[in-house]
Amino acid sequence: MNIIEIKDLVKIYDSTEIEVTAVNHINLNFEKGEFSAVVGPSGSGKTTFLNLLGGLDRPTAGHIMIDGIDLWSLKSRQITDFRLHNIGFVFQSYNLLPVLTAKENVEFIMHLQGWPKAEREKRARELLKAVGLGDRINSRPNKLSGGQQQRVAVARALASKPKFILADEPTANLDSHSTENLLDIMEKLNREEGITFIFSTHDARVVKKAHRVITLEDGKVLSDEKK
Amino acid sequence: MLIQVSWRNIWRSRTRSLVVLTAITLGIMAGVFSTAFMKGMMDKRVETAIHTELSHIQIHDSLFRKTAELRYYMPGADVLARKIDTLPHVEGVTQRIIVQSMISSAETGAGVKIMGIRPDDEKKVTDIAQQMVEGKYFEGIKRNPVVIGQKLAHKLNVRVRSKVVITLQDMDNNLTAGAFRVAGIYKTSNTAYDESNVFVRYEDLARLTDLPAGACHEIAIRVDNDLNTVSVQQRIKKTTGSLEVMSWKEISPELSYITVVMDQYMYIFILIILLALLFGIINTMLMVILERHKEIGMLLAIGMSRTRIFLMIIIETVLLSLTGGITGIILGTLISKYFEYHYINLSMFGKGLEQLGFSSLVNTSIDPEMVVSVTIMVIFTGIIAAIYPALKAIKYDPAEALRIE
Repeated sequence: MNIIEIKDLVKIYDSTEIEVTAVNHINLNFEKGEFSAVVGPSGSGKTTFLNLLGGLDRPTAGHIMIDGIDLWSLKSRQITDFRLHNIGFVFQSYNLLPVLTAKENVEFIMHLQGWPKAEREKRARELLKAVGLGDRINSRPNKLSGGQQQRVAVARALASKPKFILADEPTANLDSHSTENLLDIMEKLNREEGITFIFSTHDARVVKKAHRVITLEDGKVLSDEKK
Repeated sequence: MLIQVSWRNIWRSRTRSLVVLTAITLGIMAGVFSTAFMKGMMDKRVETAIHTELSHIQIHDSLFRKTAELRYYMPGADVLARKIDTLPHVEGVTQRIIVQSMISSAETGAGVKIMGIRPDDEKKVTDIAQQMVEGKYFEGIKRNPVVIGQKLAHKLNVRVRSKVVITLQDMDNNLTAGAFRVAGIYKTSNTAYDESNVFVRYEDLARLTDLPAGACHEIAIRVDNDLNTVSVQQRIKKTTGSLEVMSWKEISPELSYITVVMDQYMYIFILIILLALLFGIINTMLMVILERHKEIGMLLAIGMSRTRIFLMIIIETVLLSLTGGITGIILGTLISKYFEYHYINLSMFGKGLEQLGFSSLVNTSIDPEMVVSVTIMVIFTGIIAAIYPALKAIKYDPAEALRIE
């Protein structure tokens, strides 16, 4: 069953001097429970594609249907709310709130969703335990390694119970050990709990683990391979 | 949780926040102290005016205040005075004969207001008796004693026991004069008053002016608390017919306005302080949101609404302003409280102040209403200061913000 249907997606950055087509007529579908990697060289349109998919950037043309809802037919406020309840984000540079502990960072998104305090605390603990940080729940990001911060970011992305998680080069700033560790956790979550992950990456280790690899070049889909 | 995040955000850049907090604290502290200082000064002026010069209520013939002529006296005033003395909240009643006249020493003369009083009654109404700097209040001189102000004594170059001559017109408009001897010299905080008010005994002045027995020009009444002035005034009015019964606020309206006007000036003063702080806070918050561009982009990306981000910036700014503001208010209040019981000595400006009727020894006076108002003003300053940076923050584009390295 498709949870994401992308139809003829186009994104053109129109500066005064040069017009750049970052995403060029992409048609793709994603099924629930996929563990997919979007790969390609720098400037191939991976991040733009993920931003369009995550409702962060408005496409020039085309449609993104998520569970039957045309994402970009929603108003700006509705899109923000849609992101909150349906899409999880993991960023390259972790982007945790430095003033909050690991547990509070995970709780924060549930607070935005209006969860009661006791429930969100319980879930935050469970999620941090699931990503192997059960003993670091009260540490602030500056006391955690890059790998640990990214695992908190994964727990945060999962906390809101999203339909899928978008991870933009999640291992770009990690060493090989942390990368391996993070990938194992994400793969386990995908396998055991059916969480849908879509990565952008040019890390061979991530590509190796992915069940589907979509290669972009100049904003176009060059190949779409399922393993 | 939003408040928790906002509060912790303040302390992310500790030095910067402390600089802003110190500026707010010092500004508000100075504002609170200045207000308490000015209020203390004004209160003292009003208190002095009531207890030394005016009393709470005065009764006159309706034409006397306009003309100050001897013939507009109140016959049988002693009966009325005794009656008023029995009213509740009345602490003292005194009768005064008032004549504009000339006082001369061997060297020079001056135009003054002579008040014929009964010293024991006057003591219950005004505190001139406690302000003697030389001699005693109607003691030590048996015949025709006079009590004059220090400034007048210097002007006439007289001392205690010196002889002075008071020249005036009697009831038949004949020029008459009486020789008096200085029994005491007083000094109030109002040199203009000291220069122009002279006290003699009621009987001596009545004899000199041929005023009928029991008559006087002014009945001055002191009440136990200024809050009771109006009610006592109303009761007196019911029994005095055509006589003019006036409270100190009616006799000297400028004195009652001075407090109100000064309050307004102080609010303007605090507003100016807050306005200066406002720009400092705006500048700080603009730096804050610029530094957190990427973080705000992340919050927008994960689904935090723009309204919540706006609110977060507002809360952070209000907390910052309020922390500095409350500290400033507490420090300002503590300093003001200390000076409520310890004089601030302004004797280096004493001459100028006393010419205006102000004491050179000032106690501060904290107005709780003002403390509340300043707190509210600080909160509003925080909100106003936050609006522009918060509006800027919610305009951030999440995709663009996340691209920042």
